[in-house]
Amino acid sequence: MSKLPYEVQTEPVTPLSLLSPEGEVVNPDAMPNLTDEQLKEVMYRMVFTRTWDERAVNLGRQGRLGFYAPVSGQEASMIGSEYALNKDDFVCPGYRDMPQIVWHGLPLYQAFLYSRGHQHGGQIPEDVHVLMPQIIIGAQVLHATGVAMAFKKKGEKRVAITYTGDGGSSEGDFYEGMNFAGVYKLPVIYVVQNNRYAITTPYEKQTAALSIAHKAVAAGIKGVQVDGMDVLAVIKAVSDAAERGRNGEGATLIEMLTYRFRPHSMADDTTKYRTKDEEGEWSLKDPIVRFGKYLEKKGLWSEEETARVKEEAKATVNEHIKKAEATEKMTVAGLIDSMFETTPKYLEEQKADFQ
Amino acid sequence: MAQMNMKEAIRDAMRVELKRDPNVVVFGEDVGKVGGVFRATEGLQGEFGEDRVFDTPLAESALAGMAVGMGIQGFRPVAEIQFVGFIFEALDQMFIQAARMRYRSGGRYNAPIVFRTPFGGGVKAAELHTDALEGLALQTPGIKVIVPSNPYDAKGLLVSAIRDNDPVFFMEHLNLYHAFRAEVPEDAYTVEIGKANIVREGSDVTIIAYGMMVHTAMKAADELEKQGVKAEVIDLRTLMPLDIDTIVASIQKTNRAIVVQEAQRTAGAAAEIIAQINEKAILHLEAPVLRVAGPDTVYPFAQIEDAWLPSPARIIASVQKVLEF
Repeated sequence: MSKLPYEVQTEPVTPLSLLSPEGEVVNPDAMPNLTDEQLKEVMYRMVFTRTWDERAVNLGRQGRLGFYAPVSGQEASMIGSEYALNKDDFVCPGYRDMPQIVWHGLPLYQAFLYSRGHQHGGQIPEDVHVLMPQIIIGAQVLHATGVAMAFKKKGEKRVAITYTGDGGSSEGDFYEGMNFAGVYKLPVIYVVQNNRYAITTPYEKQTAALSIAHKAVAAGIKGVQVDGMDVLAVIKAVSDAAERGRNGEGATLIEMLTYRFRPHSMADDTTKYRTKDEEGEWSLKDPIVRFGKYLEKKGLWSEEETARVKEEAKATVNEHIKKAEATEKMTVAGLIDSMFETTPKYLEEQKADFQ
Repeated sequence: MAQMNMKEAIRDAMRVELKRDPNVVVFGEDVGKVGGVFRATEGLQGEFGEDRVFDTPLAESALAGMAVGMGIQGFRPVAEIQFVGFIFEALDQMFIQAARMRYRSGGRYNAPIVFRTPFGGGVKAAELHTDALEGLALQTPGIKVIVPSNPYDAKGLLVSAIRDNDPVFFMEHLNLYHAFRAEVPEDAYTVEIGKANIVREGSDVTIIAYGMMVHTAMKAADELEKQGVKAEVIDLRTLMPLDIDTIVASIQKTNRAIVVQEAQRTAGAAAEIIAQINEKAILHLEAPVLRVAGPDTVYPFAQIEDAWLPSPARIIASVQKVLEF
């Protein structure tokens, strides 16, 4: 049946994709302008992050890490989107988005401390522009909106970026944040990493929308969809959105189609809700393999290089987990003193019970 | 000095702070152009511009969350939730995100935000406009709670709240906005957060109250005086942190106390106050500390709220009980 003239018109969207699974350039006009060194740096970070993820899962099993949300498969969406930012742009991450804030400057041992449940994990260094990972899904969307409001009011050419998953796009705060950004024309980028599952619940049970990118229509902001397994497409989309933000052209919602190769968290069992076929299909789209092929064809990368980065990553992880483990234990008294700028008398009295 | 009602004093607090500190911003639903549904921000946008005082879309969670984001970037937001019953939409941002910001970041970030909201019964308002929800905030570590009862305190406490580097839940009683005028200095001044005020001295019984109930307690104290009973009335002003020292000092003198609140018996601040009195002043008590409060029902329909709210008569009956114990 044809659409009524007074019915809102929507069309399906095709994700931006720059590389074929074989690493061939399929969309030369949209290629981001990166030097060979920059391309190698992106690959370095993706391989490093994959290795870190593998190590983190094992450290979790050994009890040396606590809460941890695996990231393998999402390196392109995470690393590429952060790489497209300036250092003074502000990142409001969800709980899975540790790689973005580490590559934005948070020392790795502090990421481990966060996982282990140590307050120093959230003590972001002064020159690092990120928040701690957000556990309440959707809350970070509003913080990024407020940060972007601050940048706009101060006339600073900075953008805020925030991340949530496909499940997060069903939250009220997700819509409210985008709607505010639309009204105030804020320099903010809302990234939805659509890995098709919110724990066990598939995308189709979250929304009947044609795509998550379509949800931008409701807020009057720009919505785009990218192949989230294609790091160059991610870099292109985020660079464009950041430029628009800095130029006063407002907010962008970017849906990144991706997949987590591992469970939702350490306590999750994917065999109960995913098929081997599906997992196999997505593994063919591995962002590191695809980008690696592209770089190899350009003579910028090799198997040996990957092996070298993996060793380096393992050594770095070891060094930082040791540093995390050697960090002084917290005290209840110290915790009490972190509640307010000046500890009120009633808390001073309660401290006495713990000294 | 000028004569101001509480609403004007609250507006004046925002005005002097907007003037003093360029990082202060005031926003909420309808607070900009028209100056708020109670005109508590009237004229502020005209004086300071849309950049400083502005309207938001109708979404309490987003406006509270925007305050959190602006707060970590150096602004000092004064965010208005139009009526108290609508804070539920914003609870995560107010009581989780803002209240925990300093703690979660080990002091790297803080939330220098004032969440202003009108509340309080006796004005025949619609549903969920008047509920006394201070108890929710009192169970939330990390946020201060202020309930002024008069124009002078309202301005001084709001100035203090705006300058405080931690989040403050600032509750403004609807029945007090226009109730009376009082002398209020025109310049900026502060009233210390966490400090109660003895508004009437007495030696026979201590009546502890806050918000509108201070005035109800004063009426009761007038009646009691005629019966030869000298009641001391304490206006708490701040519920968190609580000025337990002033309460204990008063009880040392009177040896008897009651707590009056308009919230339901098992809500509000009374239970916590009584628990602290038990811990710190039990040997000075001649009688148990009683509560005068609303019954444990949902806030009443407008037609019966006068019967539901604590009255001078109920306070007097309660005082007689502790005197005759």
